[in-house]
Amino acid sequence: MITRMVHDGLFRFDSDGGIRLLGSRCEECSHLQFPVAETCSMCGSERSTTIDLERQGTLWLSTVVTNAPPGYLGEVPYGFGVVELPSGLRIITLITEKEVVEFGTPLRLVAHDLGVNDDGEMVITYAFSPGSS
Amino acid sequence: MTNSVAVAGVGLHPFGRFDRTVTQMGVSAVRAALEDAGNPSFQSVFCATVYSGVAAGHKVLGALGLTGTPIVNVEAGCASGGAALMLATNAVRSGQCDTALVLGIEKMPRGIIRSSFFEPWREQSGLAATPAYFALRAMRLMRDSGITKEDLAQIVVKNRAEGVNNEIAMYRTATTVEAVLESRLVCEPLHLHMLCSPNEGAAAIVVQRSDLARRDAPKIASAQLRSHLPGSILGEATPLSGVADENIPAASTIAAHAAFEEAGYGPDDLDLIECQDTDAAREILAYEELGLCARGDSAQLLRNGDTARGGRWPVNLSGGLLSKGEPLGASALAQIIELSNQIDGRAGVRQIENAQVGLAHTVGRGANAAVVIITK
Repeated sequence: MITRMVHDGLFRFDSDGGIRLLGSRCEECSHLQFPVAETCSMCGSERSTTIDLERQGTLWLSTVVTNAPPGYLGEVPYGFGVVELPSGLRIITLITEKEVVEFGTPLRLVAHDLGVNDDGEMVITYAFSPGSS
Repeated sequence: MTNSVAVAGVGLHPFGRFDRTVTQMGVSAVRAALEDAGNPSFQSVFCATVYSGVAAGHKVLGALGLTGTPIVNVEAGCASGGAALMLATNAVRSGQCDTALVLGIEKMPRGIIRSSFFEPWREQSGLAATPAYFALRAMRLMRDSGITKEDLAQIVVKNRAEGVNNEIAMYRTATTVEAVLESRLVCEPLHLHMLCSPNEGAAAIVVQRSDLARRDAPKIASAQLRSHLPGSILGEATPLSGVADENIPAASTIAAHAAFEEAGYGPDDLDLIECQDTDAAREILAYEELGLCARGDSAQLLRNGDTARGGRWPVNLSGGLLSKGEPLGASALAQIIELSNQIDGRAGVRQIENAQVGLAHTVGRGANAAVVIITK
């Protein structure tokens, strides 16, 4: 089956078969953003560098979604929350657990099969999963 | 020299689900507010709505044969009504006009609401689940302030007990902590009855120079709107305030500070509050953001009964959004109408004694937060 990234530029495939989330680091104020953005949401600068974000983080907040929200391609229930990366950046993410994950739990970045779109392609996105890479 | 500004007349269309168009509901509310104010002429109209489409306010005024003045449609998420009231208040205060009409109208889509706020990839990835963001905010409050699920249920019990006596509310039955916790779990820790229902309704307020309104008409002491500061919503387009960086004040806090400064009052001067209870945790977070207590102390405030009828600051005597439901454009104006009616001695069975100063708070997507202070 053909696979398709849910959105170009969110992440790239690494040589080890894993994925790396792509973010922006502002060259003026060092603010980090995900996804990559043309302007810095802290200082407005247009000078930024695209960087690989860390693949490891800790759970900051989590819940479980029981009703499919509009447009969602995957199955319910699913884990949802915020991961905090060592750099301090917090990212909204799917979580592969179908139950609430405790604050501070180590999480690792994984590629996640969402479901098949109208064109018959498997759509993949990023998620975080308990454990170390 | 600036003008003192009064709430000269108010009108409400009930909140719920109706077989009527949003224009028809707006017509009812506007007619009632104009009549309440003695049918004055007005020179400006501000119409708050999010989902009513192009020129929604023009349709309402058009149906009444009352066009010709500037009509501005205002969108600021859940704070749209507060934003429209701010614009009208500023217009009258500055002398730009003597009388302005504010209306809020909404007919919300059913089910989980699709929002153009989210990019398609976020929707496809399941990252556009609005109740899940509310749940994360609730989780954070439980972690930082020691709030329990029973506390969350208690908010619903408190507000629904007031909704019983509000004829415009969608839900007019009391409930119990047990019943709330037995309702379906939507997103841990939020159960179905802890979430307000998006619905339909309309509200209108005639804002007028105080010297032209009836002598005892309640005054608008302040009407402020603020957006989030850079960095205060995670920095990757998280759509809700509340999941914020610890050291950056939330939009609600900035709006409250501005409103207190404009009015010359502080939290201790308030006799009653209407605040955003989109979900039960949102109300508790507002206690901290509005400065009723220090950060982390909201659980104690709630458990002391300080925010219930008879307490230090009765919150959501209208029944709140948990009883009324939330028609985005109209909800903030209905809060302000509750304050005005209480201060005016027109709140019927919900009337409290000595209501002199009230604060209304709305916050939502953007982030946008509005804080309005009404006085005797």
